[in-house]
Amino acid sequence: MKTSVIFGTLVVAGLSAAGAASAGTLDDVKARGVVNCGVNTGLVGFAAPDANGNWSGFDVALCKAVAAAVLGDPAKVKYVPTTGQTRFTALASGEVDLLVRNTTRTFSRETDLKMDFPAINYYDGQGFMVRKDSGVTSAKELNGASVCIQTGTTTELNLADYFKSNGMTYQPIAIDSNAEGEQQFLAGACDAYTTDASGLAATRAAFPSPQDYIILPEIISKEPLGPAVRHGDNNWGDIVGWTFYALVAGEEYGVTAANVDELAKGTENPEINRLLGHEGNLGAMMGVPNDWAVKAIKAGGNYGEIFEANIGEKTPIGLARGLNAQWTQGGLMYAPPFR
Amino acid sequence: MIGKTSPSAPYVRKLMLDPLPPPAKASGVSLWLREKLFSSWGNAFLTVIGIGLIWLLVSHFAPWFLHGVWNADSLAACRKTIATTWGEGASGACWAVIRARWNQFIFGFYPAEIYWRPVLTFVLFLLALAPVLFSQLPRRLLWGSLVYPLVAIWLLWGGSVWPVAMIGVGFVIGAVLWRVLVAKNAILAALAAVVVPVLFWLFLTGPIDDLLGKVLPVSIQSVPSRQFGGFLLAIVLGAGGIVMSLPLGIVLALGRRSDMFLVKMFSIGFIEFVRGVPLIALLFVASLLLNYFLPPGTNFDIILRVMILVTLFSAAYIAEVIRGGLAALPRGQYEAADALGLDYWKAQRLIVLPQALKISIPGIVSSFIAMFKDTTLVTFVGLFEPLKSIPDTIRADFAWKGIYWEFFVFVGAIFFIINFGMSRYSMYLERKLKRDNR
Amino acid sequence: MTSAPDAPEQGFRLSQLIYDTRYRSLTIQVVVLIAVMAAAGWLVDNTVRNLHALGKDFNFGFLWNRSGYDIAQYLIPYSNDSTHGRAMLVGLLNTVWISVLGCAAATVIGIFVGVLRLSKNWLVARLMTVYVETFRNIPVLLWILVSMAVLTEIAPGPNEYKVNPATGEASASMMLFDSVAFTNRYTAIPSASFGRSLGTIDTPLMPVSVDWVLVFAVLAVSIWANARFRKWADAVQESTGARPTTWWKSILIVLVPVVVVAVALGFRIHEPVLKGFNFVGGTNVSNSFVALWAGLSLYTGAFIAENVRAGILSVSKGQSEAAFALGLRPGRTMSLVILPQALRVIIPPLISQYLNLMKNSSLAIAVGYMDLRGTLGGITLNQTGRELECILLMMLIYLGLSLVISTVMNAFNRKVKLKER
Repeated sequence: MKTSVIFGTLVVAGLSAAGAASAGTLDDVKARGVVNCGVNTGLVGFAAPDANGNWSGFDVALCKAVAAAVLGDPAKVKYVPTTGQTRFTALASGEVDLLVRNTTRTFSRETDLKMDFPAINYYDGQGFMVRKDSGVTSAKELNGASVCIQTGTTTELNLADYFKSNGMTYQPIAIDSNAEGEQQFLAGACDAYTTDASGLAATRAAFPSPQDYIILPEIISKEPLGPAVRHGDNNWGDIVGWTFYALVAGEEYGVTAANVDELAKGTENPEINRLLGHEGNLGAMMGVPNDWAVKAIKAGGNYGEIFEANIGEKTPIGLARGLNAQWTQGGLMYAPPFR
Repeated sequence: MIGKTSPSAPYVRKLMLDPLPPPAKASGVSLWLREKLFSSWGNAFLTVIGIGLIWLLVSHFAPWFLHGVWNADSLAACRKTIATTWGEGASGACWAVIRARWNQFIFGFYPAEIYWRPVLTFVLFLLALAPVLFSQLPRRLLWGSLVYPLVAIWLLWGGSVWPVAMIGVGFVIGAVLWRVLVAKNAILAALAAVVVPVLFWLFLTGPIDDLLGKVLPVSIQSVPSRQFGGFLLAIVLGAGGIVMSLPLGIVLALGRRSDMFLVKMFSIGFIEFVRGVPLIALLFVASLLLNYFLPPGTNFDIILRVMILVTLFSAAYIAEVIRGGLAALPRGQYEAADALGLDYWKAQRLIVLPQALKISIPGIVSSFIAMFKDTTLVTFVGLFEPLKSIPDTIRADFAWKGIYWEFFVFVGAIFFIINFGMSRYSMYLERKLKRDNR
Repeated sequence: MTSAPDAPEQGFRLSQLIYDTRYRSLTIQVVVLIAVMAAAGWLVDNTVRNLHALGKDFNFGFLWNRSGYDIAQYLIPYSNDSTHGRAMLVGLLNTVWISVLGCAAATVIGIFVGVLRLSKNWLVARLMTVYVETFRNIPVLLWILVSMAVLTEIAPGPNEYKVNPATGEASASMMLFDSVAFTNRYTAIPSASFGRSLGTIDTPLMPVSVDWVLVFAVLAVSIWANARFRKWADAVQESTGARPTTWWKSILIVLVPVVVVAVALGFRIHEPVLKGFNFVGGTNVSNSFVALWAGLSLYTGAFIAENVRAGILSVSKGQSEAAFALGLRPGRTMSLVILPQALRVIIPPLISQYLNLMKNSSLAIAVGYMDLRGTLGGITLNQTGRELECILLMMLIYLGLSLVISTVMNAFNRKVKLKER
């Protein structure tokens, strides 16, 4: 790569400056041959590198699916670890093509911060975790408590709102990363740890004795987490959004990583045929190969498979599907029709 | 009567008595104890406190160190081994994590099959540094040191050899132009030596790279900056920052001492601005703002952006160090240069800078130590430095969740060894230079 | 410098701009000016175009919007209904507060260690050397993280201070006559209040307690009066040769008025008492503050110790020999003869250590202490998405702080500098 060389990069940067901004993200990605995906610096189950630097997790699976859909190869992803501080700038500046980092879709983030959330891949809500021996069973009993909270997120605003509306006070203990929050909470530096319920479950699962901690029943906010792309690049937004919906539809119609090749040869169900490119040319409409959904589902399975493999009940994190079940199962995962 | 000595002859003793050993109180251990430890009530008090402190530290940490476990694949396994070997409730370090993740601490996510490249780069680094540090070595070796940065860039980042070679060619063009033209007109030569290489890099490098890449493809596996991490990242940032900031620092130092009002003001403004803000703010500029300041659509990797800001940061500090060196030079040297009729640049190049830089080397080494320590701050812009990010990553693995102290001790020890070595070197140098000047 | 003989008088030629030493510096300056202006213009132009492309503008209006987040430590009243501007101010004051306390502690540590390192006591000198070398050669971030880990992992929880009814003992005990308690959440220290308070005056910035203003005003007046008294004693000594006894009178002058005022106002000290799960009554200082403070002061203290040592060694041996010859004891030699002279060497590097400490206080990010970077450059930046404004403003404020510190310290330096005649 030429761009890695100091002067080379500066020169290239200077020369290619003018044209680059106007071109669509899709063209950039195709030209580059790799998708730059902004992820968490390390949250078990969602995005974390192993000893060899291979990333895995629920969010990472979506990056892989997008890379598979666009470039045909789930390995063609460059993971850019972003902190709560740097994530939006990384997206706005074009450092990453999409941001899959437990990011809540909010009004101001779409309008003021100029990003788009083409889909929601996890419906979450903010909860609290406390020690069992503290005797607290409801968030309403947390008056006067010290609460560990990660900075730079929506959670600190929710927390302030919640305690205010319930006429309670609290002592915020700001922390920089999830790892630090765990340390402080485990050491007893705070009475409660608050973040998205999924994050709490992931955190609790990793404790030496998880049974000593409980997650309180109250969910104090709506946290629709989803992939984010830059405002205004609708084509790229479509690709990210519909790749995700392909995974959801895959689960609905029983298309799995194991049988997708088989089904791609043609089935009785015209919806599956359209989805998998056997019929029609949905892929071409958004500028990707016609077998995009096949590749995306093959990358890590359909939505259900990804969920079970990374954060489902059989994993140490042990999250129930809940709101994230298919709409047919009483959840909110509802893929629009592929036609 | 034994002899016939005459009564007037003086008595001469032939046999020397063996000296008596000094009294027990004035020698050996007891003297040492009395003089060094218990010379007064106050001193005795301090000694007792000191011994108490040492005892406190040792009694708390020694068991933890000694009970360390080197072979385990998770924290739970470590705890089990400690409990079975030393009994329930015994504390012990789980060094196994360092063993298991050693490569990650040293190389970050650098591809495992090409670890030899950073290792080779580091060995070459020491070789290239040797002629700079030790003046006994032949001066010709300095040419190797000059070429070294390009070799290092190529070895670390990989890819085609040509872009790196073209950077070198640019410098060579500049040097040749200077040599040829300096006899005719120094200012023209300086101008040509700067402008032509820049034009070369801007407009000719790209096509030549492509051409040569097709005709003679010499390339090794390229490694994106994102995969750099651990001490590799710290050393690349620290050493790269210092090396690149040296020329800039010299220019700034000369600018600050210049007679020209505007040049002086700009230099002072830059130096004081950079020295007045924390590095972390500049790192945020690198990660959040640099994209605003560059033409729309420009985007290059975060390590490079951080490196630019780190370079500017250390340039301001280096400039102050060199300014100190310039100020320490006896006034006679400047006057002698003037008396010889040398112009400004000749005087700086031949008389002033060689001496001033030599005096400044200890200060530059201190700047490097500071810089090297400060590279840990890049954790806050999402880079995998060894002190905070790598441990956080390791803790994101279920097997090693909950380990803290081992990382502090290990990373702290490595930083200590490197920095302590460098500070000793700079002290040695300071003593040596002092002798030279007398 | 420009001693070359002037060229013979003739008309001005363009080439003189380059070759003539009279004009050359002007030419170079104009070129530099143009280059700098062009670079600045280029940056500003890029920024404007980038902002436009992102659909953003550049204004500081957000500083007057409701912040919506809470801050754990504040020196002036603050709630989540306050504005972002006020949050910034809270952060700034926190930065100033940690810097002032950090500098004070680091100076004390530095002088102490620097002197002890030269002690004749072998053990103590070695111990201090180990301390200095260890702290100087390891990044301050590690020391801050270690301090935090020590406090959270090793300090007992507040409930461990509770007396166990079965044994009649608590598993942890308070320090300094039951007035200070280290816990894994905070450090409980005594607080003070006034029983017959005169109330407070509300200013837009913060409520000002009349009592404290009064106490400090009285203290200031007493100290001034004491200085006058000492001067008078000096004058008497000069004229008569005998110095009137001053020490107990000085103590009276300084202390009595303050004590009288404090008693009149009903001054009380509240010791922290364990009530329920937490300590109440005193002030609970958050651990993030204590950890940052300890980390910064221990780290900077090691550097200051080196400066102090160098300063002491720079005073020639003849000075201490002369002092001994006059019959001064070692302690007085140090405080009356050596330190005052060493001070001149110590202060310039001390300034840069203070500046470093202030800048390093931005590492508060690592332990969650809400300093300027934590509020303005952290949460506010994140919630409003105005990184350009926030970071620029933050850098300007840090720059201002640096300038204030160096101005004050340089003035002090000029005062103690050797006046050469």
